[in-house]
Amino acid sequence: MSFDSFADFIAMGGHGFYVWFSYGASMLVVVANVVVVRRSRLRYIRELTDMARRQRNAEAVSHS
Amino acid sequence: MTLKTLWHRLGSPRWFYQISRPWIYVLGILALVLLVTGTVWGLVFAPMDYQQHDSFRIMYVHVPAAMVAQSAYIVMGFAGVLLLVWRMKLADMVLATVVPFGMSMTVFALVTGAVWGKPTWGAWWVWDARTTSMLVLLFLYFGLYALRQAIARPEAAARACAVLAVVGMINIPIIKYSVNFALTLHQKASFTLTEAPSMPPEMWLPLALNVLGVYCLFGANLLSRLRLEILRRERGTQWVRDLVLSGSA
Repeated sequence: MSFDSFADFIAMGGHGFYVWFSYGASMLVVVANVVVVRRSRLRYIRELTDMARRQRNAEAVSHS
Repeated sequence: MTLKTLWHRLGSPRWFYQISRPWIYVLGILALVLLVTGTVWGLVFAPMDYQQHDSFRIMYVHVPAAMVAQSAYIVMGFAGVLLLVWRMKLADMVLATVVPFGMSMTVFALVTGAVWGKPTWGAWWVWDARTTSMLVLLFLYFGLYALRQAIARPEAAARACAVLAVVGMINIPIIKYSVNFALTLHQKASFTLTEAPSMPPEMWLPLALNVLGVYCLFGANLLSRLRLEILRRERGTQWVRDLVLSGSA
């Protein structure tokens, strides 16, 4: 371990703001990239499923 | 499978959709393990730099993002060539889906660069060769995004974006060699293919893990965006309908 205490770790030798800002932003970028795709994928698949079901039902009605 | 059949199959979004799913999990898990290990190691255990003290730890997030931002652009450049020469459908989807990831990584590299520059150079921003060429990279990503929105006909948009992606490739060697020009404050490359790193292993190993991790993340993210794009563009086809109705999309 490169730090003597937890307070030392947070302070980052006086560069705490710069270091923690960078690491926080990195978390944000990674999570955002994953979450954005996941959410739009789920939403789009739900939309597609509804569309396909409606279409199938319409076909079933027109055949009967 | 011969190379030629692989080449033809890559032209088929349906085939690609079917084989790509497990790779998202493999790359995603690898990315998670590598990034967590590299980040904790770099943040907590790597020894302090004698000159930059603890602000050098920004390197562990800044360098991988800057590298993958350029690599993502190179992927688009190759996709642009594939589209212009072979009219490969999948190539245009790659071109469209790399943009948000590449753009976010470029913004991140520029922002962490500024945050690292302040304690190290004494300024948030300097107009030197490396920072300026990275800013040009960001504008290229903006341009590719805007161009696609601006052209209504999909084939025309695809060709225009491909041309811009290929022409913009000229910026990549400029970024790469900008730190070797005279007019720069930016430090030299952390890793090169020909020489051992100028850092001790306990300092560069976490960086190497984060670099590998971010490339795995890029792979997983590109695949999942591509699969969504495939569903969007093949919406009217029977195979997408069957897939959706079977609940295995």
